[in-house]
Amino acid sequence: MEVVLQHITKRFPSRDKNNPADVIAVNDFDLTIPDGKLVCLLGPSGCGKSTLLNMISGLAKPSDGHIFFGDVDVTALPPENRGIGLVFQNYALYPHLTVRQNIRFPLENLKGDRKLSKEAMEEKVQEAAKLVQITQYLERKPSELSGGQQQRVAIARALVKGPGVLLLDEPLSNLDARLRLQTREEIRRIQQETGVTTIFVTHDQEEAMSISDEIIVMETGFKRQVGHPQEVYDHPCSLFVAKFLGTPQINVFDGRIAGGKLYIGDEAVLDFPGFPDQEVNVGIRPEGFIPAENGAFSFERSSVEVMGRDVSIVGKHPAFQGASIRAIVSSLNKIDTTATVDRFSLVPEKVHVFDKNTGAVLTLAAKEKE
Amino acid sequence: MAQNETPFGKIKPWLYLLPSILFLGFFLVYPLIDVFIYSFEEGYNFASQTGFGIGFYNYSYVLHDPYFLQALKNTLILVAITVPLSTGLSLLISLGLSSIPALKKAFQTIYFLPYVTNTLAVGLVFMILFKKTAYSEGLINLLITAFGGEGVDFIEGPYWAKMMVLCIYTVWIVMPFKILILTSSLASVNQDYYNAAKVDGTSSGRIFWRITLPMISPMIFYLIITGFIGAFKSYSDAVALFGTNLNAAEMNTIVGYVYDMLYGNSGGYPSYASAAAVILFVIVLTITCINLLVSKKNVQY
Repeated sequence: MEVVLQHITKRFPSRDKNNPADVIAVNDFDLTIPDGKLVCLLGPSGCGKSTLLNMISGLAKPSDGHIFFGDVDVTALPPENRGIGLVFQNYALYPHLTVRQNIRFPLENLKGDRKLSKEAMEEKVQEAAKLVQITQYLERKPSELSGGQQQRVAIARALVKGPGVLLLDEPLSNLDARLRLQTREEIRRIQQETGVTTIFVTHDQEEAMSISDEIIVMETGFKRQVGHPQEVYDHPCSLFVAKFLGTPQINVFDGRIAGGKLYIGDEAVLDFPGFPDQEVNVGIRPEGFIPAENGAFSFERSSVEVMGRDVSIVGKHPAFQGASIRAIVSSLNKIDTTATVDRFSLVPEKVHVFDKNTGAVLTLAAKEKE
Repeated sequence: MAQNETPFGKIKPWLYLLPSILFLGFFLVYPLIDVFIYSFEEGYNFASQTGFGIGFYNYSYVLHDPYFLQALKNTLILVAITVPLSTGLSLLISLGLSSIPALKKAFQTIYFLPYVTNTLAVGLVFMILFKKTAYSEGLINLLITAFGGEGVDFIEGPYWAKMMVLCIYTVWIVMPFKILILTSSLASVNQDYYNAAKVDGTSSGRIFWRITLPMISPMIFYLIITGFIGAFKSYSDAVALFGTNLNAAEMNTIVGYVYDMLYGNSGGYPSYASAAAVILFVIVLTITCINLLVSKKNVQY
């Protein structure tokens, strides 16, 4: 089911006596989520992504704006009439009920002509349990299951009524690193098998990028960028998005454009025509450095970390804005371990230039001119 | 580890326990054993520290004593009425309190007041409400007559009226603590459970029976057990309402009977008092065991 958000705004009354202005958690949010896709609301904590999810689920009411499921305006509908499944961050499995009873719980609430017979319920429970592969645990209590299994039960419970939209609130944050990897593939598989439109909230960019069809990057209640994960990673629209996506983080330098060239410190690192001379922020992805003896850019090396598949060169530069620069190069490159200064040529696609004041990207326009 | 191998290391934990062992042994375990022994010694006399012999005579006497039977009956009625009633009412009030966020604090304070009020002061208030005196019929009687009913002497009148006052008094005095416990345990139920239920379209009745009640069942169970024990041990409430001559008022309780046997007008019979105390102990033990068995099936921890 297609989900459309129109001008969604959520204001909370201010608790701060010195600043009586309302707190705006979600600000004039427009979004269309295509049917059958897995999309991800991504942003740092406090950016309003969970509030937005709650409004889609109906647990919170938007202050302004409308929400449509397909053609139906559901803004005023209570959660139970929206046809959604919701998976909570802590799963919210009823601890006193068995897995079977937990999954059956939503079915038992159906009333009127949607009421199911015992056999029909059992069949649906089995179906959902099979989908998430927990059929052998149906008689157990949630406390007797591992975190990953509990997660599956929660998903089964959310799916058992056949919802049009599945909402997941930070579903992986309570799992350890390995289970997280496994579970996110599992969520992807379940989503593709059922074809249910899925909205997924997370602050973990890696999680979001790895399984979503589309990611929506949020900051302080605003929608910053929407698109396919790779697209957003390759063409961030602002410094915030560039910094938020990618591990290790993008390296940001103070730079300037002068005479159609991009300077970091005293070195002209790239041709950058089409912009007036100005101070800029220059972001370089860790993989954007290629060791080259005559490269245009250099920084002072502080250490080399060998990671097997590739090598991470950590260094310092006077124009660098963080603590230490990180360049990741293939271990095929022979790294001179005695060197104190590394020279690189830069991959133009991995270099993003941002306006010093607004943080908006300048690269796109430049690319178009080429 | 090495410390434990020395002789001193082995004694050390016992030294830590010594103060409480001494204290508990002297004031709790020794008297308990003593009571058991007294209860089997016929005609034991404190002054001479002697008795006539050993047997079940004391139990036989107590169980045939009409005053004891009256006290037993009173206590059982009191327990049977006040424990379910006070727990049920407290649950209702706590649920109410939890669903009105605005005045919750204020109401919580009001409901907690009886807990910190002196028993005898409360007794006085109940006197004003229920007692017939030379110059007043008592507030409740005034109300009854105002609505065309016939007044009853609640303090010195028929048995049912006195029992009713005692039950109301007991319920009223034990509720604050229960409300306090229940409101806090209701507040500790994770909101996500309710949200999940809401998304699933669960009716509020079903939310209560299938989610809320199981979640707070350990606390309810705790309140029921302590409620039973408390009600079986009640004594001061009856004194506050009916004075110290409870046998005459037919309002004695088992603990009251024990006290009377020791120090009351008919006092000086430690053997009978001990036997009655042991009977009470057995009753409370039995009820608590039954409670524990029932809870194993129904309480979710």
